[in-house]
Amino acid sequence: MSENMTRRGAIKGLAGIVGGLLALPAARTCKAAVQNGLASSPAPAGYDPFKHKWLMALDVDRCIGCGLCVEACCQENSVPEGHWRTWIERYVITKPKAESGDTRGETFVDSPEAGRNGFPESLIPKEEILKSFFVPKLCNLCEHSPCTQVCPVGATFDAPDGAVLVDKNYCIGCGFCVQACPYGCRFLNPVTHTADKCTLCYHRITRGLKPACVEICPSQARIFGDRMNPVAEDPLERFIANNKVEKLKQSLGTGPRVVYAGLDEEVR
Amino acid sequence: MNTTILTNLVDTLPQFQGYAYPNERTLHPLWGVLIVVYPYITGLVAGAFIMASLVRVFKVRALEPTYRLALLTALAFLLCAPLPLLFHLGHPERCFEIMMTPHFSSPMAMFGFVYAWYLMAVLLLELWFDYRRDFVAWAKTETGLRGIIYQAFTLGVTDVSEPALRLDERIGRVISIVGIPSAFLLHGYVGFIFGSIKANPWWGNVLMPIIFILSAVVSGMALCVFAYMFLCWARRITAEMRCLDLMASFLFFALVVDTTIEGLDWLHRLYSAEEGIDVLRSLATSKLFYTLLIGQACLGTLAPFMLLGTMQLFRRKVAELNRRRVYFASSALILLGVLAMRWNVVIGGQLFSKSLRGFMSYKMELAGSEGWLLSLALLALPFLVLTVLVKYFLARDLPTIENVVPGAAPRGGKPPAPS
Repeated sequence: MSENMTRRGAIKGLAGIVGGLLALPAARTCKAAVQNGLASSPAPAGYDPFKHKWLMALDVDRCIGCGLCVEACCQENSVPEGHWRTWIERYVITKPKAESGDTRGETFVDSPEAGRNGFPESLIPKEEILKSFFVPKLCNLCEHSPCTQVCPVGATFDAPDGAVLVDKNYCIGCGFCVQACPYGCRFLNPVTHTADKCTLCYHRITRGLKPACVEICPSQARIFGDRMNPVAEDPLERFIANNKVEKLKQSLGTGPRVVYAGLDEEVR
Repeated sequence: MNTTILTNLVDTLPQFQGYAYPNERTLHPLWGVLIVVYPYITGLVAGAFIMASLVRVFKVRALEPTYRLALLTALAFLLCAPLPLLFHLGHPERCFEIMMTPHFSSPMAMFGFVYAWYLMAVLLLELWFDYRRDFVAWAKTETGLRGIIYQAFTLGVTDVSEPALRLDERIGRVISIVGIPSAFLLHGYVGFIFGSIKANPWWGNVLMPIIFILSAVVSGMALCVFAYMFLCWARRITAEMRCLDLMASFLFFALVVDTTIEGLDWLHRLYSAEEGIDVLRSLATSKLFYTLLIGQACLGTLAPFMLLGTMQLFRRKVAELNRRRVYFASSALILLGVLAMRWNVVIGGQLFSKSLRGFMSYKMELAGSEGWLLSLALLALPFLVLTVLVKYFLARDLPTIENVVPGAAPRGGKPPAPS
């Protein structure tokens, strides 16, 4: 048989095999696109993600650094030890040195245990402190989320309702999204070995509840709402109307949606 | 007991200085030493292929003795290239999803296409067209397992007439021409994985893919010099001095271009002094002092630059034996320097917080999935594969086609492969 086989025949055969192999991903992509539309999520049956646009706002001046939000998040979502879906940062800015001409001294930032147990008294003497404040952090719900962009298999996706979610049954655990998130919001879950992050408590918000951190915050520093279905006297709408709001690291072009009021220039 | 003390000691050592986002305070960087090994191996593939292309495309006949060795080196390293990635994944069993359901906006998803293209459409095809005549000859003379292997590799095509071999030659050259941009693509995409991360000022840089390509060419060429000299030494034969001199020249000029672009990158960073420059500067002078300034800059770049540069200027005044020593030392230094460069990029980019307010530490383990042992094994594996490939496809006692098939055309004007 080999005597009859020409080089052309062999190349044709090889080309057929290679062509078949190359066509396979395209076919699988189509299948995945269909599956994506039907993707399973923690949302209940009947929930339509196209009819909501969830958003969180944070009032820096209201946060007292009690850490209840972090604790609630960890308990609600079984976040593994040493990893955090939300956290609180404490900024301590010292007074400028006399005759330095500066407007402020040094900036010290800390977040012991992500602020879960509150904050111990600062080691900097009170008389040296110019100002101090707490900043709660979480997923910034980016419009052009770099984590979604870099996921090699599409396990991370932007839900139409504004949440950025991870399909843990599909994630390969490469960690690219963790590297791509400029806010440090993602981590590799040591239990599931997949990427993990704040989901805005998707299992709660899709059932008409608030995220655990918002629910427990005693000072209403976290404001949550649905931009497509504002309620009467919508707190989110009022917050945005009454404050000059900012977003984090906008220069990176990630289009963060989470809004802050009362941010200091030192906050990154 | 000792283990407990050691673990406690490691835990109590400071893992970060200043402020790091809470999720960044891990004992190990997310991308550990395996991700250092991956771009290193891929770069060697691309560089070795470029070396082979010098013979095939640019007709540098003096490098003929290293042509097949360079191609086999590229193949050995390419076969091992996905392993570090695979071991690193949280779910290695899902690895085929990258190829089956790629997310097209991710540079990492291109891995499947680039790898498959490079392995199947470039390297294996070029090797097959180059080796086909020999497979036919060897299938006739060799017996046992070897005979079966060679027989299988002919893929049933046993036509060794003159027009057939000429066509092989022509197709091989076309594949080689296609292979050059493919080799750049292969390593350019690896550089792009890092260069596209705008969250990280150490990585997010438009020059990153270019630096990766150039350092890949340098390291691949150095590997070819190293492998050729080692093979000659192992076979107790003398390496061709003309070939070595020319390889060293190419290596030197590649090193000049690579060093210039890397220097330009640093100059640009320091001059434009963007937001993260203070962090990057202190990273270079403290955390990465030994691997960046000593390993990469002095030992891996400056020393071979001086050595090879001196040889370019005073080649005729230096005795052959000394030249050989200098070439061997330079290629070994470059290989280590490029490994240090990969370390500096991958690990260095994870030693500072994305808040730009603090630094993390990396304490590498001996065993474990991100430890010394596995990474050394993964670095050694391509050399083992290369040994097997050389044994089967670069053996000294194998006949050429004109000795076996009466009337078969000899290799068109080419001297035989190194024996």
